[in-house]
Amino acid sequence: MDHKAALEVIALHRGERIVISTMGSVGVWSEVSQSPLDFAYLPSSMGQGPALAMGLALAHPQRGVIALVGDGSLLMNLGVLVTIAEQKPRMYLVLIDNGAYEITGGQPVPGAGVVDYTMIAKGAGIARTYRFDTLEKWMAGSQEALHGLGPVFIWLKVDYRPGQGTPRAPFPMDEQIRRLRVALGISQ
Amino acid sequence: MICGHDLVKGLAEAGATHFLWVPDSAMGQWEEALRTGPLRLVRATREGESIGIAGGLLLGGLQPVVAMQCTGFFEAGDALRNIVHDLHLPLFVILGLRSYQAYRSGRTTDSCPIFVEPILCAWRLPYVVLDIQHTAGDIVDHYKRAWAEQKAFVVCLPE
Repeated sequence: MDHKAALEVIALHRGERIVISTMGSVGVWSEVSQSPLDFAYLPSSMGQGPALAMGLALAHPQRGVIALVGDGSLLMNLGVLVTIAEQKPRMYLVLIDNGAYEITGGQPVPGAGVVDYTMIAKGAGIARTYRFDTLEKWMAGSQEALHGLGPVFIWLKVDYRPGQGTPRAPFPMDEQIRRLRVALGISQ
Repeated sequence: MICGHDLVKGLAEAGATHFLWVPDSAMGQWEEALRTGPLRLVRATREGESIGIAGGLLLGGLQPVVAMQCTGFFEAGDALRNIVHDLHLPLFVILGLRSYQAYRSGRTTDSCPIFVEPILCAWRLPYVVLDIQHTAGDIVDHYKRAWAEQKAFVVCLPE
């Protein structure tokens, strides 16, 4: 499915939840949402997006967090799935799987097209897992997948987009943190 | 010898909310105190991951403490760089220095002690190396000071 179309479905359902975007989803998410509850994790430490999202979800369990993470990033720290399963944050981890390192020229990630990510998430102890290969199925299943008790693992197969450059965050990091904290009522 | 119960109690009284760790054999003695104490214990699978989670907690307005051995600290460099130097968050780390005491008396070939302090300096992290006379209260004092100044800080425990 188209990456942007997949994220537009999330924007319809996100409500007042925090949305953390990483890597290739940063630019796409900023095209579909401009909420102060959006946090573009750039500059980042690749692979730490789910961990950062989990910390925020533990800090704000009533609000919840949606994390948009690429397959290359998740593969860097698969162990976090076990930690998420044990801590049970209200977190919706959305895997944006295009099978490639998009920004570096489209080299395939290890195990592209072979790895069963829902099986890995379920094996780690995350009870609610979903996989959607087409936009039609994602639109039909998103209401159930993006609501209810977390943690939830959602695997979306999206098209690889050739020619993507390094993503840019919509605001400098300090400004993003300030906006998010004000929206969360932590600071003025 | 740092008393786990004193440490957990002191950190909680100082405002800490979460304790994230990958234990080593020395800090592992704090397990019962952490399991039964007032801090929420988060067991991470890898040290860099614990720093990422701590970053989210700090962003969200809470006060985590991270504990790991220097071996994991070596692995966690990029996460640490990002949380401290890109996000400017006041990360507080308790760091076990494997073989440090044996190294200072020339009784080990473990390379860990050679690299810990140069790497702390390379990452521009303010730190202190405690000795075996120090207590849990000393760690808590460093925590209070670092939080008050909103600065990252590392307390090193020689093993």
